[in-house]
Amino acid sequence: MKLSRALAALLMATVAFPAVAQEISDGKVKIGILNDQSGVYADFGGKWSVEAAKMAAEDFGGKVKDMPIEIVSADHQNKADIASNIARQWYDTEQVDAIMELTTSSVALAVQGISQEKKKIDIVTGAATTDLTGKACSPYGFHWAYDTHALAVGTGGALVQQGGDTWFFLTADYAFGYSLEEQTSKYVISKGGKVLGSVRHPLATTDFSSFLLQAQSSGAKVVGLANAGLDTANAIKQAAEFGIVAGGQRMAALLFTLAEVHGLGLEAAQGLTLTEGFYWDRDDDSRAWAKKFFDRTGRMPNMIQAGTYSAVLQYLKAIDKAGTDETEAVAKNLHEMPVEDVFARGGKVGPNGRMIHDMYLMEVKKPSESTQPWDYYKVLATIPGDEAYIKPAEAGCPLVK
Amino acid sequence: MIFGIPIQAFAGQLLVGLINGSFYAMLSLGLAIIFGLLRVINFAHGAQYMLGAFIAYLILAFGGIGYWPALIVAPVLVGLFGIVVERLALSRLYDVDPLYGLLFTFGLALVIEGVFRYYYGVSGNPYPVPPALTGAVNLGFMFLPIYRGWVVIASLIVCIAAWLLIEKTKFGSYLRAATENPKLVQAFGVNVPLLLTLTYGLGAALAGLAGVLAAPVYQVSPLMGSNLIIVVFAVVVIGGMGSILGAIVTGYMLGVAEGLTKVFYPEASNIVVFVIMAIVLLMRPAGLFGRDA
Repeated sequence: MKLSRALAALLMATVAFPAVAQEISDGKVKIGILNDQSGVYADFGGKWSVEAAKMAAEDFGGKVKDMPIEIVSADHQNKADIASNIARQWYDTEQVDAIMELTTSSVALAVQGISQEKKKIDIVTGAATTDLTGKACSPYGFHWAYDTHALAVGTGGALVQQGGDTWFFLTADYAFGYSLEEQTSKYVISKGGKVLGSVRHPLATTDFSSFLLQAQSSGAKVVGLANAGLDTANAIKQAAEFGIVAGGQRMAALLFTLAEVHGLGLEAAQGLTLTEGFYWDRDDDSRAWAKKFFDRTGRMPNMIQAGTYSAVLQYLKAIDKAGTDETEAVAKNLHEMPVEDVFARGGKVGPNGRMIHDMYLMEVKKPSESTQPWDYYKVLATIPGDEAYIKPAEAGCPLVK
Repeated sequence: MIFGIPIQAFAGQLLVGLINGSFYAMLSLGLAIIFGLLRVINFAHGAQYMLGAFIAYLILAFGGIGYWPALIVAPVLVGLFGIVVERLALSRLYDVDPLYGLLFTFGLALVIEGVFRYYYGVSGNPYPVPPALTGAVNLGFMFLPIYRGWVVIASLIVCIAAWLLIEKTKFGSYLRAATENPKLVQAFGVNVPLLLTLTYGLGAALAGLAGVLAAPVYQVSPLMGSNLIIVVFAVVVIGGMGSILGAIVTGYMLGVAEGLTKVFYPEASNIVVFVIMAIVLLMRPAGLFGRDA
């Protein structure tokens, strides 16, 4: 009796696990896009990122090594606990191979931790904190589109160079805001500038007039907005109202993308300096791709959405090259392969997981300069990737010696 | 110098507080009127405020209808919407626990916001300041945008008009009487159900008007109402549920208190209202202007 059972089990095992363990697990490649689809960052990435991921899967041919590619998505509502539950469920019971996008720094840090523990790949495009490739780096974690350091170097550096050497910060009162303020302050001071003060406002503040009056009376040449999304848009709109720009102070939106410029309108956004990793009107390739994106979504992509496309595509290329979706092999390829697609040209991945690529310093056009819908930016400068990002060896990542 | 802050900055912050207080006053006024008569805790108030702003934006974008007509059109449309909601749904809930009214309006707010979020995203849409009110005046201690000055004046006019309507007119006297004893008023031949419908419509219209006034100042976004509604509820509770004068006075007061907190300890600016609420409820459970039930 016992023997026959053991024999049966043995037979079952050989049937169930033939010698294909080195190829694609469970018959398909499943990628989860986890981000904010209903809250303050729903335009920043949102369901548009999911669409970009689907485009990448289709452009790759819908199959990798003859196995179908499936994109699933979920809304984490900017809460790290909800995101963690979804990530565990995806990895444990739904055979998701990798999680990407991960807008909101707290969420990205939590999911990267889980991914490392489960030995799965995560590629962050939506979150900003440099900790993802610093003290919280993972051998299977990647940071793709931008980070707080790149924003500080881009927007901060440009304004200091133009004579904006005294700063006052309006900072969102949570981890991301602190990180952005700290990185930018550091950079401004290293270039000989001074920080005159800062004020911390709660997330989702509607009225900034009090804070703006404080910024105004500080006399700083630049008012740095270390916040994001709707907060930044409201602050800029109200700054115009209180005559801050007219009075000779400059507004620096440290994290502001095409989606928010569109929401704010050129009338209020004109003249802003900002940093992005992608602009749809950069060259013929980007225009052609963005047109396809526009046809599906009715809007032009920002760096989060284009970055998600790039991340999914590169992940599929890495599986194709490895011939398996086994994490170690794919991660090794992701670290080694150059990134060459519509988002990044000449991109490379550091040993800490940071994808290093050129960033662009932009100025928002005046309404009179804009010749077609979504024609919003003048490219002021290209910031080489090696300047924009912290060198992997200096990032504080324990994996890099 | 006051508390280590230059007197100019202090005066500026007081004025800014007053401006925000105008929005609180107008919104809590509508809530107080609705609660006073209908005993409905109108959680859809934020959504109705958002609707007002969105109607102003939509008729400008698609119909070329500007700010001044919008000040009439949007509140009327939101008021009509309120009337439909009251007739179709709310009126059926008066006989049951007030909790049902709260749940219904809360659900309604989520549905309205969800629909707008689906079509318009969250980052909002721009709405220009009307040309006649652009620019700013230098008051010496601060730079006052003319539009903000207008908001204070407009909201004062609305609050005084609403107060006069309720205290000095026949409609108002019916309304107050029906608040006290609806059965008796009905026995006198007053059409109380109609009064209830009109009152809800009026409350919704006030929210819509506040929305139009807010459109040039804040981004017209589906989230704009939910960001504000909780504070406005706190205002109503502090003022005394259903007290109209209480809602108006408390609205301005809390605007100023919040404005000053933003100077002394900005991190606490979004909880100061609730701290005040807790203290008031401990000392005077019926609110500052409420009568003990």
